[in-house]
Amino acid sequence: MAKKEYAFYPGCSSQLKASASNYLVSTNSMCKTLDIKLTEIPDWNCCGASVGYCEGGELPRIAINARNFAQAETHLPGQDIVATCAACWLSARESQERLDGSAQLLKETNEALAAAGLHYNGGANVRHMVEVLIEDFGYDGLKAPMKKSLEGLKIAGYVGCQTNRPFGIDGESFENPMYLDKMVETLGGEALSKYEQKVTCCGGALAFSEPEKSQKQIRDIVESAYDHGAEMIVTPCPLCQANVEVYQSEINKKQGTKFNMPVVYYSQLMTVAYGGSAKDAALDGQLIRAEKLEKIAGK
Amino acid sequence: MTINQNAANQAAVERYRNNFLKEVEANVEEGHMVKMCMQCGVCAGSCPLGNAWEHSPQKIFMMIRAGKRAEVLGSDSMFMCTSCYNCMVRCPRQLPITHIMHGLANYAHRLGLAPKGQPTRDFATLFWNNAIKRGRVNELMLTLRHYFRGGLVSGIKEAMGMQSIGLGLLLAKRLNPMEIFGGHGVKDLKGFHAIIAKAKEIEDRKKGFTA
Repeated sequence: MAKKEYAFYPGCSSQLKASASNYLVSTNSMCKTLDIKLTEIPDWNCCGASVGYCEGGELPRIAINARNFAQAETHLPGQDIVATCAACWLSARESQERLDGSAQLLKETNEALAAAGLHYNGGANVRHMVEVLIEDFGYDGLKAPMKKSLEGLKIAGYVGCQTNRPFGIDGESFENPMYLDKMVETLGGEALSKYEQKVTCCGGALAFSEPEKSQKQIRDIVESAYDHGAEMIVTPCPLCQANVEVYQSEINKKQGTKFNMPVVYYSQLMTVAYGGSAKDAALDGQLIRAEKLEKIAGK
Repeated sequence: MTINQNAANQAAVERYRNNFLKEVEANVEEGHMVKMCMQCGVCAGSCPLGNAWEHSPQKIFMMIRAGKRAEVLGSDSMFMCTSCYNCMVRCPRQLPITHIMHGLANYAHRLGLAPKGQPTRDFATLFWNNAIKRGRVNELMLTLRHYFRGGLVSGIKEAMGMQSIGLGLLLAKRLNPMEIFGGHGVKDLKGFHAIIAKAKEIEDRKKGFTA
């Protein structure tokens, strides 16, 4: 039996050939080493994301999240729900808290779920993968299976918004959370703890609808990493990863910068530190290759 | 504005007369917290898109109390929200500002009063419809529909501009061209759609979107 088991909510972007498929591949490698068994919630659906508010409204958004809870409750009883995507975690946990707090809302939600023959009793516990790592394993527990040190790698920990606000990781501050830096140090890397853009918003979904406004945010995030001597940025959020990596070439084209800063997931750093290959860490999924990390993986 | 939207809007105006705060409290997500605002302005200084909007949350809350219904529901400021939650965690009165902004945007959108052609309003609508169609987001179709929103010519121009990024994602196995044929989705699509329809029906009745 695995050391820990969770009901897994992978989310739309992490699927095969989707924008964060490298997150899923590296998460699976990391979990294998830590002996974590992730079982997908059967037939899970989209969380509605933050930007779903406009057309989706309140109850439909909560109801679709409750559908996932109901599925987990029935098929994976007693297991915490774990999301890797920041937006999935946020939408699900927000729904969970609202449903916990209002019997009326739970009643209306169950009225909606009944249309598909489902029922949610309540009591789901929605967590982010980072919470699982820190709270259930601890930094020492994460260090134990290490095979290689990330020694010499200068890494800017970009926490972003939604894994940090409004819930965040227990015991961390909203303005200067330290957990990502601590994870980097645990793996032997050099955390650039003075990196001042660590909780700056990348623009989120507005990267599509308001590209200029978002690219201004992204420019600040990348520029500051360069200013602090970073060789790569690490993040726990798939939208942060995609926005900050993908739009660097656009910013270069429009503003004459020469950005070429790799942006990786914590799960990729961990996979490499645990002795995984570049393929295990899905480093072939980067638009801007993380060559220094590949080199360590190849050693 | 459609005929239904017009009827819903007229009914709300009739019902609440000049008490817009009461209307917001009854019909907007977390609207009952608006009156807790003490006008300190921390939200205004915390927004990453602070220089892009006309009305800060602080201003919107005061305008609600002052009964500025048309100005609030016609404002594009709520659509500048990136959902970063910075205002919300910093608010000394613990107003769920992000949720209220989302709620106001949804209310204005549903009544047909939100600014026409507002890019985030359009993208948000596109996103929800895309996610709901099969129960999971089809990233390829979302991107294509977004770029081609203004028609074929501007779409080709925009898509060509993003060509190298698209190719990069394709090579990195992070974009699936086969999604044009539908892509992934939930198996019990019928049940999924029935849940949304029922939830919408309950919400519409409560918030006065249906007569």
